[in-house]
Order: sequence, then structure tokens, then C-alpha cells
Amino acid sequence: MKTEVRISGLGGQGVVSAGQILGRAAVYDGKNAVQTQSYGAEARGSAAKSEVIISDNKIGFPAVRKCDVLVAMSQEALDKYVKDLRKNGVLIVDSTYVKKIPKTKICKKIPATEEAEKIFKAKMYANMLILGALTKIIGISEKAVERAIEDTLAKKVVNTNKKACRRGRDLPQ
Amino acid sequence: MSKKGVLLTGAHFMNGDIACAEGAIVAGCRFFAGYPITPATEIAEHLSERMPEIGRIYIQMEDEIASIAAVIGASYAGLKAMTATSGPGFSLMQENIGLAIMTETPCVIVDIMRGGPSTGQPTMPGQQDVMQARWGSHGDYEIIALAPSSVQEMFDLTIDAFNLAETYRVPTLLLADEIVAHMWEKIVIPTAEKIRIVNRKKPNVSPEEYLPFMPDDLVPPMACFGEGYRFHATGLTHDEHGYPKTSSSEVQERLVKRLCEKIRRNEDKIMRVEEVMLDDADVVVVAYGIVARAALSAVRKAREMGIKAGLLRLITLWPFPQNHVAKIAGSAKRIIVPEMNCGQLVREVERAAKETSVVFLSKLGEEPHTPMEILEAIRRNS
Repeated sequence: MKTEVRISGLGGQGVVSAGQILGRAAVYDGKNAVQTQSYGAEARGSAAKSEVIISDNKIGFPAVRKCDVLVAMSQEALDKYVKDLRKNGVLIVDSTYVKKIPKTKICKKIPATEEAEKIFKAKMYANMLILGALTKIIGISEKAVERAIEDTLAKKVVNTNKKACRRGRDLPQ
Repeated sequence: MSKKGVLLTGAHFMNGDIACAEGAIVAGCRFFAGYPITPATEIAEHLSERMPEIGRIYIQMEDEIASIAAVIGASYAGLKAMTATSGPGFSLMQENIGLAIMTETPCVIVDIMRGGPSTGQPTMPGQQDVMQARWGSHGDYEIIALAPSSVQEMFDLTIDAFNLAETYRVPTLLLADEIVAHMWEKIVIPTAEKIRIVNRKKPNVSPEEYLPFMPDDLVPPMACFGEGYRFHATGLTHDEHGYPKTSSSEVQERLVKRLCEKIRRNEDKIMRVEEVMLDDADVVVVAYGIVARAALSAVRKAREMGIKAGLLRLITLWPFPQNHVAKIAGSAKRIIVPEMNCGQLVREVERAAKETSVVFLSKLGEEPHTPMEILEAIRRNS
């Protein structure tokens, strides 16, 4: 079993951290995982993507070509990468920013940025809402995800990130 | 990841830079001096936290010239030492790399290759420093460079780099690309008994009898400053006593040839390659770093299609494994060399392959060659 995930958006939205936590959680669940990333030289605002391959076997080429799950946190990212989504692949969008969605795709719309601002008073938790939904869809255990959050992020933000992730996980599928 | 210890035995999810830093710690690196630069910054960042917590030294220098100078000094003071940088910083280090060669200073220099020339593309991968690694400093010399293909190898080869540097008293390079350095992957850190650590050979004579550059099997035993052995080390051509001999042709011949010979005559012990399905291969891909992983996928797919393809993955880039290439050139019809540059190591492959034709696949920018691109080249040339 091999699952290829691409998380895309803009620099500053946390697509790279979300990918790292996802990969680490998969390893904690006993799988192999590799995460690669691409971002611009600017601190914020340039196109960013993070790719995770999760597999029961050893992983060769680490970059994602066709993905089973595509996360788009910006319209630009969706437009650019939707062509790489497999036929029965799942699209997850941050509907705060992504408005134009191709009709035929299996799509989960999450107003992640809006929710993050409303509940946690900061946009930066949007990636965790997305991660919660994403890990539920691809079958990563909640225990592994929470442990991965603890081991990836600074102590003082762990609890809020876990809460945001749980919130994303509990959203109706 | 629970920290504090020296050896974090167990399975981890790490990026290549962090794995390199942990490998250095395990190898016995007691001194790191560096200047942060993408995509090598995480090595410095991680060590800035880890080194003090285990009682070792981390120092951020004012630039890369000072960084390599501090590393040379630390090594002469008896500490295993490392610095890490990327292309622009590697350029700045070249003169002092020559000093490390001439003074036979064991040290490790990590160069995480990004897109160049100049400041180029800081966050994008490249394999463009391969020739600079070999010839960047002036004069004649031999150097060792290792090219990891995975996060696991960022750990394992960093330890090997220290061991080689200590064995041959030569600066040893870990030449990785941005993808391997920034990629997060599962790695397993072994238990202590499974890790081999080599320390420099020490003199077994009294300080009065010690000749600092008198070779024992091509490599001089190394006393360190502060151990009671008073001696002179210089970048000028020097005799076995360590004193400058700037007009003697004989001393120049003897010293510089030995600096080369100590590596050349030990090539078989230094060089490492991975050979995949080469026995009956008509088409062989020669690759290293991240590109080798795309090549492996391509070779496997080609085999499924009935094409006799194989992979020679270069783990040691310098000294160049020319005998391995010459061997495959004797049986294969074509050799394909994909590199993330405009044609660097391919020249060495051509030289070793002699009559066998060599096809070069260049790629620059964000993505390495895809397995499909390499497969297509294998098909065209089978």
C-alpha cells in the first residue's frame, strides 16, 4: 500500500510543517515515509509545497508525480497541481482562499483559515485543521499524529496545534 | 526525539541536515564552526542546540573563511571538527581547504549543493559543485568526497567522512544535494557496537624525536598542539620537520606527490559504489545523490520491460571510482549519466569508459530527473 500526498499553498501557511508531521506520524504508525519540500527564497508569500509518500515498503524516488490526496491552501496551488491528482484521488481545499474548484473532483472543503482565526485567534493553525482532516482520510492514527505534533513543534504551541488538529479530524467527512 | 545523549539509537523521522549533524556527534565531532546558509542551515541550527548540551563546542563565525580557519585550528588542537555550507560559502572556503590539504588537517566539510553559479537558487537543488570539490583550491592535491542518496546515508556517510579524514589526514567532503539535505525520511540510528569510529594516528616517539611530517605508510602520525610536541605547521612547502623549504624542488616533489599518493594508493579502501543488476546489463546508468534514486526506479522499470539495464551508484565521487566505470564499460553497450548540472562528473565517466559511448542527461532547477525521463533515455539507448 502506497499513498502519495501533496500539500500546496503559499509560504507561511505551514504546508511544510504539516507534511513533516504527517510523515513523522506515519513512521510512528509503523510505516515508511519520506517528505520533500519546495519553497521560494522569500520568508512568506511564494509558492510552497510539501510532498509525502507513505508506504509499507521501502521508498525509492521520493518526489510525488501523481497524488492520491491533494491539499490546496491557495487558488494558485489548486490551479497548478489539480492535473496531478489521480482519477479517484481526494482534493482537500482551504475554502477560505480556494473558490474555483473543478466540479468532477472528490472534494473536501474546509474553511480552515476562517475557522483558525475564529477559534484560535490566528491563521497559522489552518494547516493543523487541514492535517486533522487529511490524516483521518488516509488512516493515520490520532495517537501517532498527536505524538508527531509533540515531537515536531515547540512545546508552548503543542496544545493549541493538537486542538486544531482534533477539530479538523472531527469535521464531518 | 529525546535528546541529551550522544547516540540516539532507534528509529527516527529526520531530515538529511539533522541526520548529518547527529552523524557528526556520533563520529566524535567536538567542534563545529560555521556560518548559516540555505540549504545547510539546519546542520548549524541543530548543532547549536546539541553541541552545548553534550559539552562540546558550537561557534557561529563571521563568515565561511573564518569558519574553515577555526575548524583547521580546532583539529590541530586535537578536536575532531566540522563545518557546513553551500556553494557560495564553499567558494569562500577554497583557499583554506588548500591549507588543510597542505597541513594535512583531518576535518569534515559539508557542502549542500544548491543551484548556482553565485547565489543562484538558494532553496533549489543542484549537483554543480562536483568539480569545485575536486579542483576548487589551487595546486595539485587529492581530496575525498562522498555523495549521500538518503537521510540514512547523511548520517552514515558523515561518520565515514570523519573516519576517512582521520585515517588519511585529509579534509573530507560530504557533497550532498538540497533534496537529500531537506528531505525528511525514516532513519535508524544503530547501537554503539555497530558503529566504527577511527581516530588519528598519534606519534609513538618522544617530543624530541618527533618529526611532524615524517610519513608512516604515507600518513604522518599527528601530535596536537598542547600535547607537549612543539612543532611548526605551514601552508608553505615544508620538509619532514615542518619548516618551509620554498626553494627545494626535491622537497616540493616529495611532499606534493605524497599528498596525492596517500589517497591514490589507498583508492580501493576509500572508494565505495553500489552495483545494481550490472552482471548482464547492456545499458548502465551511472548516478549519485538524489538522482540515483530516480535512476534506480528507472532501471527496475526497464527490467520489467525486458531491457537489460543496471545502475552504478557512486557513493565516493572523489577519488573517482574509475575502475568500476571501466569494468562496466567493458561489458555494457551504453552508459547514461544523469546529473543536475551542465555536465561535470560525466567527463570522468567518459574518460574511464574509453570507447563505450556515454549519454549525458542534464537537468537544472527545482526537480531532479524523474524515473520516466531516465527510463526514456534507457529505452532510446537499449
